Amino acid sequence: MDARRGDWVRIHSVVLEPKKRAAGVPEDTQNVPLEMWDKGFLLDDSANIGDKVKIETYIGRIIEGDLVEVNPYYKHDFGKAVPELLYIGRQARELLKEDGEQ
Amino acid sequence: MTRDMSYEGVMSRRAEIMKKAVGIDYSEFESGSISFDYERMMRETGYSLQEIEEIQSRTGVGNTPILELRNLTKLARKFAPMGKGARIFIKDEASNPSGSFKARRAATACYHAKKLGYKGVIAATSGNYGAAVASQAAMYGLKCIIVQECYDSRGVGQPEIIEKARACEAYGAEVVQLTVGPELFYTFLIMLEETGYFNASLYSPFGIAGVETLGYEISMEFREKEGRDPDVVVVTNAGGGNLTGTARGLIKAGAINTKIVGASVSLQGLHMASDTEFNKKSFTTGHTGFGIPFATWPDRSDVPRSAARPLRYIDRYVTMNQGSVFYMTELLAQIEGLERGPAGNTSLVAAFKLSQEMDEDQIIVVQETEYTGAGKHINPQLTFARENGIEIIIGEPKDEVPGKNIILPRDPSYITLTELDLNKTRKSYIRNAVNNIKATKVTKDDIDFLVKDTKSNIEFVKEVLDELEIEY
Repeated sequence: MDARRGDWVRIHSVVLEPKKRAAGVPEDTQNVPLEMWDKGFLLDDSANIGDKVKIETYIGRIIEGDLVEVNPYYKHDFGKAVPELLYIGRQARELLKEDGEQ
Repeated sequence: MTRDMSYEGVMSRRAEIMKKAVGIDYSEFESGSISFDYERMMRETGYSLQEIEEIQSRTGVGNTPILELRNLTKLARKFAPMGKGARIFIKDEASNPSGSFKARRAATACYHAKKLGYKGVIAATSGNYGAAVASQAAMYGLKCIIVQECYDSRGVGQPEIIEKARACEAYGAEVVQLTVGPELFYTFLIMLEETGYFNASLYSPFGIAGVETLGYEISMEFREKEGRDPDVVVVTNAGGGNLTGTARGLIKAGAINTKIVGASVSLQGLHMASDTEFNKKSFTTGHTGFGIPFATWPDRSDVPRSAARPLRYIDRYVTMNQGSVFYMTELLAQIEGLERGPAGNTSLVAAFKLSQEMDEDQIIVVQETEYTGAGKHINPQLTFARENGIEIIIGEPKDEVPGKNIILPRDPSYITLTELDLNKTRKSYIRNAVNNIKATKVTKDDIDFLVKDTKSNIEFVKEVLDELEIEY
């Protein structure tokens, strides 16, 4: 069992199947479903990842979807080193130096 | 009775859902043809500038500092002809409660929602506006839902958008995240219908009126400090609200000689609704993918009549490559000591270059900055670009191909702008206005409206109508 009632979870659902996408959407987008993710407190007594579950969102809406994550958290960060940026500051400081400055 | 919840079913209830969710009967301002009474809509459904100042000051929005960028000006002058190189200033909108100028729009929208008795607000946005609405909703005790276009079909999300989701949740909002596609609007309508919440649209009269204080403040502050209005104000342009509101505020202050320049990152060649191209871009806003479609057809927004009508106010429209904006963001931190988010620096690139064609004693103002942080910073954005197969090059910005590479200018002299032919944009707008109602004939009122809505003249509008073979 992955989650119990009251746990903070993330769910997933399909809003529109590929063949139901709006007209005029590019072909690559037509070929994939419109998917949705949301978070909330689990309302089922218990559930496993992949189960269809009911949740109450933070503001109190009751919605359904497939359980994908328990205690979801953010993983975005400050990225990796981008050495290409390093010349910018040094070059500008050099250019701004007054004549005769070391 | 069960409601038809299919895509077609929900879309067919669009007008009815919107009327309830915005509290405006737009039909009151319609002529039945192309024209509608824009100024009356702004007057009767919005708030006066004084009322907005009061609303915003109550939640700590506005009155942000204006900073002179002396080192950047000095650098610009190194590459300018003798006597050229206008003084560059920036309005530090990042110091608003939610870290961007969008707090101004959200402040009026949430105030209005509260006054009308709505229990909550919903906004469809992947940008700074989400955090702004969530922050204001928290202040007013309103519930808040933000609907984002966030992921591609692999479930990979733009770091900038994910950071925005985090910020919204930090303010107690529910964040609904979707994959790429314009059917976001369908989900948005379902939520409005289900909750009965207020549509905190970016394009409502209150939202746009909320930005008017920005333009007004600029004029007032320059008159106080420099004894005159600035010569040029540069605005990063996407949906057109920032430009429209700022320009209207300047006009309300009487700063009629200040030129308004729009600036967007060029994402030419990338389709905004494409699943595979979604993560090939490094800017989620302030780019031509929004800037051009919204300028040539403002009423494509989430309200029947958009209050953001950039062609009414724009004097000049320039674009630049992605690499120059990243470069300028790094430069702002390195020589001005201001670490800010990249999106707001689009207009700074424009100002740096435009300054070099203006006289030394002239003044050019960049009217916004935005907060920076994990995800919303040049480092994670360039890391993300690289992970999605985009090459990062130091070289000639003109050679950049959106979706293929990002080219950082070799030195400041490499920064260039592309001038957009506004008459072409105006022409497209008129064509869209005509085609949208399948008109074969337009009224005198329509012509007057088109002249105003494109900041052109009767001869120009008639010439375009002749080309389109429309009677008048």
